[in-house]
Amino acid sequence: MKLHEYQSKFLFRDFGIPIPEGRVATTADEAEQIAVDLGGVVVIKAQVHVGGRGKAGGVKVAKNPEEARAHAEQILGMDIKGLRVEKVLIDPGADIKGEIYLAITNDRGAGRPLIMTSMDGGMDIEELNRERPEAITREHIDPILGLQGFQVTYIASAMGMPRALWRQFGSILRGLYECYIHSDAELAEINPLVITGAGELLAVDGKVIIDDNALFRQPALRAERDASDELDSERQAREAGITYIKLDGQIGCMVNGAGLAMTTMDMTKLYGDSKGIGPANFLDIGGGATPEQVATALRIILSDSNVKCVLFNIFGGITRCDEVANGILTAYNEVQPDVPMVIRLQGTNAPAGNRIISEARIPKIMSAQTLTDAAKLAVAAVREGA
Amino acid sequence: MSILIDRNSKVLVQGITGRQGGFHAKLMMEYGTDVVGGVTPGKGGEWFEGKPVFDTMRKAVDTTNADVSLVTVPARFAADAMMEAADAGVQLVICLTEHIPVSDMMKVVSYCAQKGTRLIGPNCPGVMTPGQAKVGIIPAMVAVPGNVGVVSKSGTLTYEVGFAMKNAGIGNSTIVGIGGDPVIGTTFVEVLEMFENDPETEKVALLGEIGGSAEIVAAEYIKNTMTKPVAAFIAGRSAPPGKRMGHAGAIVDGGEGSAEEKIQALEAAGARVAANPEEIPGLLC
Repeated sequence: MKLHEYQSKFLFRDFGIPIPEGRVATTADEAEQIAVDLGGVVVIKAQVHVGGRGKAGGVKVAKNPEEARAHAEQILGMDIKGLRVEKVLIDPGADIKGEIYLAITNDRGAGRPLIMTSMDGGMDIEELNRERPEAITREHIDPILGLQGFQVTYIASAMGMPRALWRQFGSILRGLYECYIHSDAELAEINPLVITGAGELLAVDGKVIIDDNALFRQPALRAERDASDELDSERQAREAGITYIKLDGQIGCMVNGAGLAMTTMDMTKLYGDSKGIGPANFLDIGGGATPEQVATALRIILSDSNVKCVLFNIFGGITRCDEVANGILTAYNEVQPDVPMVIRLQGTNAPAGNRIISEARIPKIMSAQTLTDAAKLAVAAVREGA
Repeated sequence: MSILIDRNSKVLVQGITGRQGGFHAKLMMEYGTDVVGGVTPGKGGEWFEGKPVFDTMRKAVDTTNADVSLVTVPARFAADAMMEAADAGVQLVICLTEHIPVSDMMKVVSYCAQKGTRLIGPNCPGVMTPGQAKVGIIPAMVAVPGNVGVVSKSGTLTYEVGFAMKNAGIGNSTIVGIGGDPVIGTTFVEVLEMFENDPETEKVALLGEIGGSAEIVAAEYIKNTMTKPVAAFIAGRSAPPGKRMGHAGAIVDGGEGSAEEKIQALEAAGARVAANPEEIPGLLC
């Protein structure tokens, strides 16, 4: 779960990290009032879950409250890469003498937390990593021991931090590590951590991503979820315990298991790509595939008007294909889809499952033996319907 | 031989009195696995299908001399269960549980390394040595004994490929599901090493997916060290970047972990990569 910049920075503040004294506005009136309260130059920043908002015009500097109001009016409601800006953060302008990058993330390869820092902050870390990887200092943390004092000194020394700032930097680094641990973050990033003219460090921009699997023990963070960038269909699926991701193709896929679901998508693309046909979604129905679940998943898939055919690929292991077949027929009768469906059942009791499907004699339902046949049939069905 | 488990493995099931744990413990016994007991805190002294239930792993291992433990407990208790198993001294811990926080897994992986315990998973279907034993949920019908080792990040995709092999007359030495989470106990390379050193394994099928770089590291090993032929499939060619495809680890992030780069690395290492998993049996001939 991604946090917005303002949520990330307010969280940092709880861990003793200095941030600008900004506030959030949802209207131009509020933005103007905040600018009056702060006084002086302010920055108006769009709060959306995408990168590159600066280039898209979502970050503007205002010299006075009137300008702040005008910028806020422009930015609020703006569309940035398909997302509508609902909130802006108004921060006081900072006197910037230097920019530091500081982040803690899960290094999946090493299975340990990784601290990454650079005196060349402000820019995109992936770009910096490509162009000058030597400008990034990296330090792994023992997940059982946590961040140790000597490591703080290693990092400050290796990155070339001016000695006068070591104490402040150490306190911020420790705070960020505490924040990362206590929030179950996948990423806790300050970019930039600004060195001000007065020689103070200030977290001017921040980004935190929380591990979805840890939200059960993070009630306060869970309440911060902004689902405005989530599609209705994706939300419905999440609430029903189904993993669904909408894509751009025409073949709706319903599969048990994530790896097989991806594979099924790949197969529709393998045989359909040259004809402009591909998967309409990722959908993992999970282990059970009960009639209720199949019906819910079918409704979600069909809520996408691009879908011209639905492909079921179920490998029955513990799940029995005859039960799944009955589930599909029940769901079919309930949902009454007007697109053709290709059904491929394999594994435990597959012959019985296929018999149930063929005996139902529904003209729009086709059976396939292999995944290859199923994908080809689905592609052909889309072409015929076009 | 085989790798990781065989008919002599003595297996405990953590969570054996739970619905999932009990269901699969029974199927494992029917398959011939030597399930010697189970652990559920608070239910010590009870019996499950004629096998003793213990309160703690320490007591269970002392009493049964088990060397393998299967963890089937819910996500919020799973990290503790894995560490308890490692502390009790079993050599191999296999964890099926899905949705365990990554911060917990980093601690567990580190702890298991300290204790010298091998961990498989989490979020995996387990391990099966056809004709001898299975520890986990891999269905009995997907494989017969043979000489092809399988290592995979996925569950049903593994069944699919195992079943296609079986239908083509190809059997398996051992099937290992390593799991689709970002931080896991045993990686592709470690399983490839085991297969390379296993006299009964002649060829290997590797089933990977988008996200992370474990397949790239595996390709290096295949190129530099491995003598046995490898056929591979990478799922997620059609997955858009930045979206998590069901498995917590299956995400192309910051341009890293795409199917294309993994396929290229594996092909450059001499592995035969299938565009369609149903072609894998053909690539193993």
